[in-house]
Amino acid sequence: MTMREYMLGNVAIARGLLEGGVQVIAGYPGTPSSEIIDTLAARKDRDYHVEWSVNEKVAMEVAVGAAWTGVRSVVTMKHVGLNVAADPFMTLAYAGTKGGMIVIAADDPSCHSSQNEQDTRRYAQFALVPCFDPATPQEAKDMLPYAFEFSEKFEVPVIFRPTTRISHGKSDIELGEIPVEKPAPNFEKLLDRWVMLPKNARPRHTHLLSIQQSIEDALAESPWNSLELKSDAKFGVIGAGIASVYAKEALTELGLDVSYLKIGTYPVPKKLILELLETVDTVLVFEELEPIVEEQVKMIAQEAGIEVSVLGKTNGFVPREGELDVSAFLEVLKKTFDLETEAETSGKSLELAPRPPALCAGCSHRATFHSMKKVFGKDAIYPSDIGCYTLGIQSGTVETTLCMGSSISVASGLYHAGEKRPICCSIGDSTFFHSGMNSLLNAIVNKANITVTILDNRITAMTGHQPNPGVGYTATGEPTVQVSLEELCKAMGAEFVSVVDPYKLEETQEAFKAAKEFEGVAVVIARQPCVISGKRAGIRRNPYVIDPDKCEGCKQCIKFGCPAIEFNEQNKCAVITALCSGCGVCAQICKFDAIQEVKR
Amino acid sequence: MSQAEQKKLDLLITGVGGQGAILASDIIGKAAVTAGLPIRAAETHGMAQRGGSVVNHIRVGNNYGSMIPKKGADLLLALEPMEAVRYLDFLKDGGIVIMNTQPIIPVTVTSGLTKYPEVSDILDFLSEKYIVKAFNADDLAYEAGNRLAMNVVMVGAVSGYLPIPKETLLESVKALVPQKTIEVNLRAFEAGRQKVEES
Repeated sequence: MTMREYMLGNVAIARGLLEGGVQVIAGYPGTPSSEIIDTLAARKDRDYHVEWSVNEKVAMEVAVGAAWTGVRSVVTMKHVGLNVAADPFMTLAYAGTKGGMIVIAADDPSCHSSQNEQDTRRYAQFALVPCFDPATPQEAKDMLPYAFEFSEKFEVPVIFRPTTRISHGKSDIELGEIPVEKPAPNFEKLLDRWVMLPKNARPRHTHLLSIQQSIEDALAESPWNSLELKSDAKFGVIGAGIASVYAKEALTELGLDVSYLKIGTYPVPKKLILELLETVDTVLVFEELEPIVEEQVKMIAQEAGIEVSVLGKTNGFVPREGELDVSAFLEVLKKTFDLETEAETSGKSLELAPRPPALCAGCSHRATFHSMKKVFGKDAIYPSDIGCYTLGIQSGTVETTLCMGSSISVASGLYHAGEKRPICCSIGDSTFFHSGMNSLLNAIVNKANITVTILDNRITAMTGHQPNPGVGYTATGEPTVQVSLEELCKAMGAEFVSVVDPYKLEETQEAFKAAKEFEGVAVVIARQPCVISGKRAGIRRNPYVIDPDKCEGCKQCIKFGCPAIEFNEQNKCAVITALCSGCGVCAQICKFDAIQEVKR
Repeated sequence: MSQAEQKKLDLLITGVGGQGAILASDIIGKAAVTAGLPIRAAETHGMAQRGGSVVNHIRVGNNYGSMIPKKGADLLLALEPMEAVRYLDFLKDGGIVIMNTQPIIPVTVTSGLTKYPEVSDILDFLSEKYIVKAFNADDLAYEAGNRLAMNVVMVGAVSGYLPIPKETLLESVKALVPQKTIEVNLRAFEAGRQKVEES
């Protein structure tokens, strides 16, 4: 009997890696990719190495080392992570691998939790590496053992590109077998493969180009591409990746008689595309993010001299940005076939208050930002970075966010450009270890005059509490060295390093004042565990209450922006709700001594 | 209606990050698998979504993607009143709204930037086009033994509409909530189910 289980796409992906006999997995957390490693690290019966690396480049290199010993390896990241890892990746395409190696880069159409919408398939084209693009969580799981074999057959790394709705979609999944026997590592000293000096790189480039046709032919035969030709149909639909199921659902619903090609791999299956193009007048291409299949279809049609009109993103039939869904496909069909659009039923509307995600009640970042603002004021410039603390934009202390680790370097650039205003940048502990360290070193050596705040909440909070080098344990919970941020900063030459408890406003503000006065790079480390991981680790604090007799309704505590503090307009008095986590910062802000701890 | 049609249901769960929408959807998803039905779901993830608006799509008896098309949902389960209105585009005309009437005030309101609409206005608005079942699920959860069981009250409330046997759903509740809280959650489920049956 086949086993079926309800699981998250990323859990299904982790399962697919196990069914493919993976032996080494490395990655850096990033939504929507993080749960793959979380799942593999949490398994009790592990016969593989799994780690959270300090950044994607490092993770890629760990996976490369493993693949060069002949075992199967994986590196996981979100789409923008591949930019960080692009340097080793581009050359790895030349060198190739021995053991199967899969690069998982999760794309995020519509930027649900990302700074851009880049399409990882472009990297596949760029590096001349094949890419697998799953349509459902089930297919994602099934594709992975196949991808390992494919990688081994051609001795190239392969990309696996789930999108948000695959990674964070859930589905009933039919499970397969997990192999017990795995090959032993054996590093072969193939210097002309593993040493990419020019003499070796040139022939490897030629080799990579020479295998492209065989890769394409093999993929065209794979189960991930399929063509359904309808006799007499003059209209064809090509759906790629997850967009293929949206298209299929809409076509089935409407009962339209069209030919349909589903694509799940790159390079695209030219033979199937040609077969479709030869039978239709018009073809509609439906794919997430970039018009990659569409461009290929146009090239194939032109080469073959086929007169066919191609509808898609480049001519505005399908939106170029954002996420696709069934409704988007129906819209396109209506436009194409001039169908009646249902008139929008007008009804009265209701004004809704926006509900942006906010820092948790008691989050220490809010307290740090409060003190920062108090000392540096409105005039200062506040570069920041990527993490929960980016939500500090509501505190007015996040004024730039470019990419992981950029906050300190952007701050340096502002200073060296001649900015005379004080500059106070912020970066999380994990982000600092990821790539902020290099920026700090650079700022110190090149004599920037800035304050660097490390928001040290002892975890990688935003992506779901993964450990980083500052916490003292690994992905699998084993104890390891706990790297000291303050010693690290001092070793890099920082002459001003101050560690503060952000819940103590006075102490924190004194440190910021001294940092502001300091000539050079001053580092303030604001240390307090994340309220969620802290609560899980057993930290219990007494909540606070507001004495209505003492409250003057000045709203200073409201302005602090804690979700646990509300204002009662009837009594003109602030109230603390059950969300209170007992950080006690509001009590320090209140001028009327109206906020007190509940003694038990 | 064919057998397969009867087993199909598109359900949208809306709420605020941290309310337990994912657990609610997991209970239904796991139960669907036990009942032998195909199931697809899509959810909002990320720690930083805490306090933010979240939406889960659940498609029971579905073999395509996890996203419900606009005006495709049969039922909207709202863990919070304002969040019932935010995703109405997805609910079909005449669809059912099951709503928790306990508001969670967003920071944009506490900080005085905007106003929270009156819950009575939300109810009037919804009643124009949809069938509405509204009650305070936080209170029911509190009576059952723990306010945090509100999400399970809501699963109980929607249970009568799902093409999944009640017993299967209860097994799923037992399997997914923390061991110590099973009794409280079973009471919460019953309280929600009863509330909707009565109305």
